[in-house]
Amino acid sequence: MGLVQDILDEGFSGIQHNFITARLEDLVRWSRARSSWPASFGLACCAIEMMATGAAHYDISRFGMEVFRASPRQADIMIVAGRVSQKMAPVLRQVYDQMMEPKWVISMGVCASSGGMFNNYAIVQGVDQVVPVDVYAPGCPPTPETLIHAIETLHGLIETGELLKRRVASGSGANVHVEAAPVPSQPVPVMLGAR
Amino acid sequence: MGLFEGFAITARQHRFFGGERVTNEYSGGRTRDQHDQKEAKPERVHGRHVLNRYEDGMEKCIGCELCAGVCPAKCIYVRGKDNDPENPTSPGERFGFVYEINYLRCIHCDLCVEACPTEAITESKLFEFSFLNRTDAIYTKTELVVGDDGRPQQMPWEDWREGDDTNTSAWMRATAPSGSAEFEGQVGWSGELGYGVRAPEPAQPERDATTKTVKAVRR
Repeated sequence: MGLVQDILDEGFSGIQHNFITARLEDLVRWSRARSSWPASFGLACCAIEMMATGAAHYDISRFGMEVFRASPRQADIMIVAGRVSQKMAPVLRQVYDQMMEPKWVISMGVCASSGGMFNNYAIVQGVDQVVPVDVYAPGCPPTPETLIHAIETLHGLIETGELLKRRVASGSGANVHVEAAPVPSQPVPVMLGAR
Repeated sequence: MGLFEGFAITARQHRFFGGERVTNEYSGGRTRDQHDQKEAKPERVHGRHVLNRYEDGMEKCIGCELCAGVCPAKCIYVRGKDNDPENPTSPGERFGFVYEINYLRCIHCDLCVEACPTEAITESKLFEFSFLNRTDAIYTKTELVVGDDGRPQQMPWEDWREGDDTNTSAWMRATAPSGSAEFEGQVGWSGELGYGVRAPEPAQPERDATTKTVKAVRR
């Protein structure tokens, strides 16, 4: 029973492709893209625009995303909306780790993407230091149109399966490489104003 | 039967009973059908920047770095350089040699537009764009300078539609010349590639009388 063992080991990619399973994989990707529920991770003013995207005027239930899940186990896409403080970063990572595979991350707004105008010690300078980000939506805050553009870009990539292939190949998300900084044996004093 | 009264109100909103559709069916350009349309935008909306050129094709940017200095998010990086006297890039002594805007920091406050002494940097009306990596988000001068027709260059990750690139300048400043009686009816902006010299802005009362309220497009 090589086939069954392959599927148990590797999932869909373990199936030797014939025309039935190829269509099945298309169907799986299609359904992943069309019912990707977002985890609600609204942190600041971007969350207001995220709510506006969910409301009747923009209505992301058109893309099968109207159910913002409070439980990360039921969510597929995490929309990080707003500035992430250093204290919030471990929480963010934990919510991401609790989400079920396959999972994707949209970094909404400039604060989540790079710290934005808050270039200081309290704010994480880019949420991709904590979680692998797939799509960045610029703007302060992004309009619902910008968020819809980002969501639809991500949905297109989910439908082609490109992101998951890249993730398997590189072992990481989109363009992210995190490594621990080496800890010096002696404490290094911070010399402010020293020449 | 309070339950059905509620449903009846919802049902009466349906198009079948003459209700008005409130949902704007913009879908990021993925389904390019007749419903995939943007809402009408105000004429001074802040979007992606453009670097303008004069009518003879010279660049307006003089590399003075005032935009970089005023930027609250510190997202602009400019370096000026002396013009080659034989083959100048901009009229005058210097030109913007390096011009970079990081759109993962830009908050579209338009202070750079206010600060620019030569009206080189203005904003278009496009804000429907998103990036798949950080390098795409840093726009260099090659992407920001307008093309030979005076229109902004269109990147593959941007969703340009009709009207997003019209009047990228001359209406963008909050400190419009006609705000002061001294400048009423005077041409406030230098000529521009693709658009030419704009008509002067009318006086304030006149403009208030003619300004139409921008309403969302209903279908």
